[in-house]
Amino acid sequence: MKNIAKKIFAARESAIFLALLILMGGIYIFAPKFLSFSNLYLVSRQISFVAIVALGELFVILSSGIDLSVGSIMGLSGVISAGAMVVGIPIVISIGIGLLGGMLLGVINGVLISYVGIAPFIVTLGMLSFARGTILILTKGWPIINIPPAFLVIGQGELLGIPIPVWIMVIVGGISHFLLTFTAFGRRLYAIGGNEEASFLSGIRVRRIKFTIYVLSSLAAAIVGIILVARFNSAQPDTGTGWELDAIAAAVIGGTSLSGGSGTVLGVFIGAAIMGIIRNGLVLMKVSPYWQTAIIGVIIVLAAVLDRIKNRRRG
Amino acid sequence: MVPLVAMKEISKSFPGVHALKHVDFEVYAGQVTGLLGENGAGKSTLMKILCGVYSPDEGSILWEGNPVTFSSIRDAQNQGISIIFQEFNLCPNISVLDNLFLGRELQRGIILDFKQMREKAEKIFSYLGVDIPLEKSVGELSVALQQMVEIAKALLLQVKVLVMDEPTSALTEKEIVKLFQVIRDLKSRGLAIIFISHKLDEVFQITDRIVVLRDGQRIGEVATKESTEGKIVEMMVGRKLSDFFSTREARPIEETVLAVEHLSGPPYIQDVSFTLRKGEILGMAGLIGAGRTETALLIIGALHPTGGRIVINGREVHFTEPAEAVSRGVVYLSEDRKNKSLVLEMTVRENISMSILDRLSEILFTINFQKERDICGDYISRLQIKTPSMEQRVRNLSGGNQQKVVIGRCLATEPHVLILDEPTRGIDVNAKAEVHKIITTLADKGVSILLISSELPEILALSDRVVVMHEGRVKAILENKNLTQEQIMQVILRKEKENYASASA
Repeated sequence: MKNIAKKIFAARESAIFLALLILMGGIYIFAPKFLSFSNLYLVSRQISFVAIVALGELFVILSSGIDLSVGSIMGLSGVISAGAMVVGIPIVISIGIGLLGGMLLGVINGVLISYVGIAPFIVTLGMLSFARGTILILTKGWPIINIPPAFLVIGQGELLGIPIPVWIMVIVGGISHFLLTFTAFGRRLYAIGGNEEASFLSGIRVRRIKFTIYVLSSLAAAIVGIILVARFNSAQPDTGTGWELDAIAAAVIGGTSLSGGSGTVLGVFIGAAIMGIIRNGLVLMKVSPYWQTAIIGVIIVLAAVLDRIKNRRRG
Repeated sequence: MVPLVAMKEISKSFPGVHALKHVDFEVYAGQVTGLLGENGAGKSTLMKILCGVYSPDEGSILWEGNPVTFSSIRDAQNQGISIIFQEFNLCPNISVLDNLFLGRELQRGIILDFKQMREKAEKIFSYLGVDIPLEKSVGELSVALQQMVEIAKALLLQVKVLVMDEPTSALTEKEIVKLFQVIRDLKSRGLAIIFISHKLDEVFQITDRIVVLRDGQRIGEVATKESTEGKIVEMMVGRKLSDFFSTREARPIEETVLAVEHLSGPPYIQDVSFTLRKGEILGMAGLIGAGRTETALLIIGALHPTGGRIVINGREVHFTEPAEAVSRGVVYLSEDRKNKSLVLEMTVRENISMSILDRLSEILFTINFQKERDICGDYISRLQIKTPSMEQRVRNLSGGNQQKVVIGRCLATEPHVLILDEPTRGIDVNAKAEVHKIITTLADKGVSILLISSELPEILALSDRVVVMHEGRVKAILENKNLTQEQIMQVILRKEKENYASASA
């Protein structure tokens, strides 16, 4: 019993989880509406979007890489799916086309990064611009509307009183946790993040794994892009703009190390929750949107500083 | 004689470890003091306290009899104490000159005074008797020259006490001779030098007195002239020196497992040929930069050959990455334990099982954790890895035990061909003897071993035959019968290529 308590206390996530609880308590004092069912319903749905993108980003950051293109890939996948639906392709197939389109961009990222050997920062920065440009070419800057109503359920519907996107987050999170904790793939990914050269020399196929994670990251982004179409009943050309930063921030706040090798699904969930709850709390407390953005910036750096202090104490 | 620096009753603990217990340590001007002990004996901790990196829990430091405290490296440097770490403290990408004055640039007003810096640097280098281009980036220099840059940097600080941690570990014999000249010269100018090394012959060559630590305690002090290697080793390990080096018995010649034929490749490997037989230990000798590590990397597919063939068990292979070599039973242990072997933040278990995850995978690609623990537990006990548990992070293990973890990883793959690159570098005498035993046992079981080592005694003690490499080429392949270190060195230094010593297989 004592051991379990010790383990919980020592876990990396416990400190940020505590921060999350304090945050929720604080917001509740100033805005009691925060804990109302209808507000939590909205917040959880908002959090689920960021969390899924951040899970994809987690895989990439674990390898000490970075994926800046997730926001644009989200947008493009949504546009592709919506476009397919509007021209009359069945919903399920349209979703599949959107996911494949997003993954294809991930394949390009992966090939350039792991087989050609270009820095992830550059490749995904280029992809960010390329995918966003493609959206504008396809849509000419106009939203795609007249989405089939049956499709909207994945963004607006609920199951057992919980929004569908939250269920999707739980499923994606479960699969991610499984991959990272129980499979050889996950173990190898952590090893690469910890020491790439050693992993390579000891017989891990580093390139193959690095390729895979960029595909996974774009898949996660594509999932969210498509759900957002259902959520807003249209595919907006600017969907996903800036989301790469939210995703990276959620991962970092959740204790993921940008130098690779450490980070967990649970941490990412908590990180995404902290981001979403702060945004929501600031709205409820009627703080101006300009301040919200600035405050989020402070929180991100603060999280990194806390992590640094904690690590230093461990020596 | 009053010691220049005296450390009195120094104690230091880290979480879970009592690193130093009431240790006294003195250094005298104009003397070279050897500091010896196994890894984990407390040498590094003691030196880090002397140099202001750590502060002691108890005890005091006296400078010419007066108490001093150092709260940073800079404090110690200002007092005149400098340390040259085993892994140098230089920035490889910037020039020699910039490195020399890093953080202490000479200025005229707000402008850097390059002229004066250059003059000072040239003066120091000519004093040291080395010719190093000041504009070259440090990364392009040989290890020996980098070390001279470190020494020059210390001298620029008006150093009075110079600590050298394993200064010869990456140097050639010739460079060591040069280094020793410099040390003797500095000594005659009244510097106090602390010399830390695992190589006893060098300690006996260069030191005046030797202080031995064991398990964080001072075991004793001897005048070098009045002592013997055997006695020092006894003090270090607390038991008699008996079976540290045993030569191998001759063994019957068996079939060839690995044949390297006319191998060429980056960065400068030219026409390398040799064979490795079943159950053989093939030593590979040569200076740093002879191309031994690169040859190994070409064999396992980490580098890609531009010419020649690699034949394993009669079949030619073209490995595109080490993973393919591992799956064919050819495994490499890197010379660089921290940077190229271990994932320091992962556990002993995770490090040992790293190369066999495919074998441990079951349905849905899940790792069979029970099987993993069984295999790791097996290697921990077989290799006598000292760790509180297999869940301990490798970072917290001593150098010798870390090395055994890597060896465990290699062995877990059940290799046919094991390429060991400096398997005993930087580990203590006891661990070394154990690693040697592991190597011979493996060979006896039929594993073919390519043993790359810069320590000729190690090569001579273990190898059946010795490949001598120099500047990317094989200079000779020698039978290890009455072979001596001098013979190997002669082969390396001999210019004429036509005088190949003995026949290869």
